[in-house]
Amino acid sequence: MSTAASQQQVRPVPRHYGVGKRRLVDFSIEFIKYFVLIPLTFSFAFPLYWMVSSALKVDSQIFTVPPILVPIPAHPENFVNAWQILPFTRYAFNSVFLYTGPVVLFTLLSSTIVAYGFSRIRWPGRDTLFWVVVMTMMLPWAVTMVPLFITFKALGWLDTYRPLVVPALFGHPYMIFLLRQFFMTLPEELSDAARIDGASEFGILFLIILPLTKPALAVVALFRFLWAWNDYLGPLIYLRDEDRYPLALGIEILSRRANEIGNFSNGLPYLMAVSTIVALPVILTFFLAQRTFIEGISLTGVKG
Amino acid sequence: MGGAGTFVVARWRPVQQHPVAGFLLPCQGDFMAASAQKVSRYTPGEWRNLRLGLLFVSPWVVGFVVFTIYPLLASLYYSLTRYDLLRPPVFLGIKNYTTLFFDDPHFWNVMGNTIYYVGVSVPLGVGSAFIIANMLNSRVVARTFFRGIIYIPSIVPAVASAMVWDFLMNVQWGAINGLLRFFGLPVIPFLSNPAWSKPSLILVAVWANGAAVVIFLASLQDVPRALYEAATVDGANIWHRFRNVTIPITSPIILFNLIMGLIVAFQEFTIPWLLTQGGPMNSTEFYLVHLYRNAFAYLRMGKASALAWILLFIIVVFTILVFRSSARWVYYGGDK
Repeated sequence: MSTAASQQQVRPVPRHYGVGKRRLVDFSIEFIKYFVLIPLTFSFAFPLYWMVSSALKVDSQIFTVPPILVPIPAHPENFVNAWQILPFTRYAFNSVFLYTGPVVLFTLLSSTIVAYGFSRIRWPGRDTLFWVVVMTMMLPWAVTMVPLFITFKALGWLDTYRPLVVPALFGHPYMIFLLRQFFMTLPEELSDAARIDGASEFGILFLIILPLTKPALAVVALFRFLWAWNDYLGPLIYLRDEDRYPLALGIEILSRRANEIGNFSNGLPYLMAVSTIVALPVILTFFLAQRTFIEGISLTGVKG
Repeated sequence: MGGAGTFVVARWRPVQQHPVAGFLLPCQGDFMAASAQKVSRYTPGEWRNLRLGLLFVSPWVVGFVVFTIYPLLASLYYSLTRYDLLRPPVFLGIKNYTTLFFDDPHFWNVMGNTIYYVGVSVPLGVGSAFIIANMLNSRVVARTFFRGIIYIPSIVPAVASAMVWDFLMNVQWGAINGLLRFFGLPVIPFLSNPAWSKPSLILVAVWANGAAVVIFLASLQDVPRALYEAATVDGANIWHRFRNVTIPITSPIILFNLIMGLIVAFQEFTIPWLLTQGGPMNSTEFYLVHLYRNAFAYLRMGKASALAWILLFIIVVFTILVFRSSARWVYYGGDK
């Protein structure tokens, strides 16, 4: 393609006619661009704005025509009251310490080790096997869902976080892929020098490679956190006891309660308040680690 | 047996390029090492690397066998049985499949819903993401801001999004209908009318598709400037440049987004489950909602497994079709 481009470039005189017309076209394009982009961005942001602003309302400000855009007076006490209507602190504890935390740690540990084996050591069959890893990324999870449930039930793991956490010990295909791509970019001489000095492969991984891999590790941790924090189907399948629920399922209980008429007032504002609190860590993380997010998606195409 | 073994060994030397199932090879290699002298062509260093490599990837190998291969085969077996978790599975042969195909009007409704959802939401999602990414890729003030706002909905917990959209789309007190009513327009029964329910869920899916925009934007920024300049010198206008430079160069990424979008859309669960629970009138009973219901509400593990295998087959066929078609529209650069 570069040769094609250079062949085209020998044309000696650029065409000058139609320049004025082109300027007009460019101007209208600019205009259309913002004319589309601004309302579009507004509509992308609106649902989340509505979530936060409704969280600050009381019932009388919710059920109005036209809808109230800015709640005055605001009711920030909703956040506290909503949090206490159900054991949300308990759910938050479960989300952080029983699910998200262990899953992130286990994924980091296992995926780095596996990715190292797929990138920094040369052995016959390595790339074929890696192709299998890539293929498993495309396998629909619906197919393994039922037998895994049956297996975990037989192990007596229902109503615990083990079915959601233990698989993380065996590496995650996306994360192995991501880390392998990153490891491949590091020069081979690094490892060779260490090998000559008598370092073991584990030593090389943990003392030489990992310190250079921090950005990639951040991407792995970030996305694994995101998936576990946002996961709904997994806990829905494996957890029955409400005391063990993570935040995602807690919100659902609250929405059922809020929809039962006469249960308590301000049901919708409370629901929006808790949704805001659960979405907040994710949004804050995005603003704090925007670069990591964008690099992560651009590198591997992992979805949020 | 011996012939196969020598074949393996013969193919084994060029490390990177044997097409056979890779993880069988080392085992056969070990066997050959014990039995035949030929294999000693490997230096001790290579043996060491093989052992070390396998040691490092062994967590994944174990996980792959336990959490992928075994469930795949088990699911195939369960799909041939009736199994309610209480009594042992009863072997039925292919009866689950024949019942689904020929004796279950519900199944075809679910299939129709899912195809509708995938067929509209994936092209719409990929197309709109591509257009938005192109707008952001041109000279735009506050690009980071726009990109951030468009991306954030895709990382917000699906449960939280579902709650907001449920509220926004409510007929009586939803903000959208509130506005319509204020302007004297008729209200839209987003989630309570079968004609509106699927487009409404597609709207939510497109809203939460910002990751695709970021992927496209990254790929657009990698398109060599020189190509655009050359095209402009040749008198290409903005449409020509889009059509003949941007699309060919980013077509592999379009392919990638299409395939990942297909796989995800076929298995959409959380949003339809929370917003419509399959209703109204089963109009949003999508594939995974139906599968979940059969497995975990009705405890029909056999039927659910048959559904899962049909889905696997459909996804594989669709993926292959998209890949096949890609030969015609995806441009892979001559020199990597």
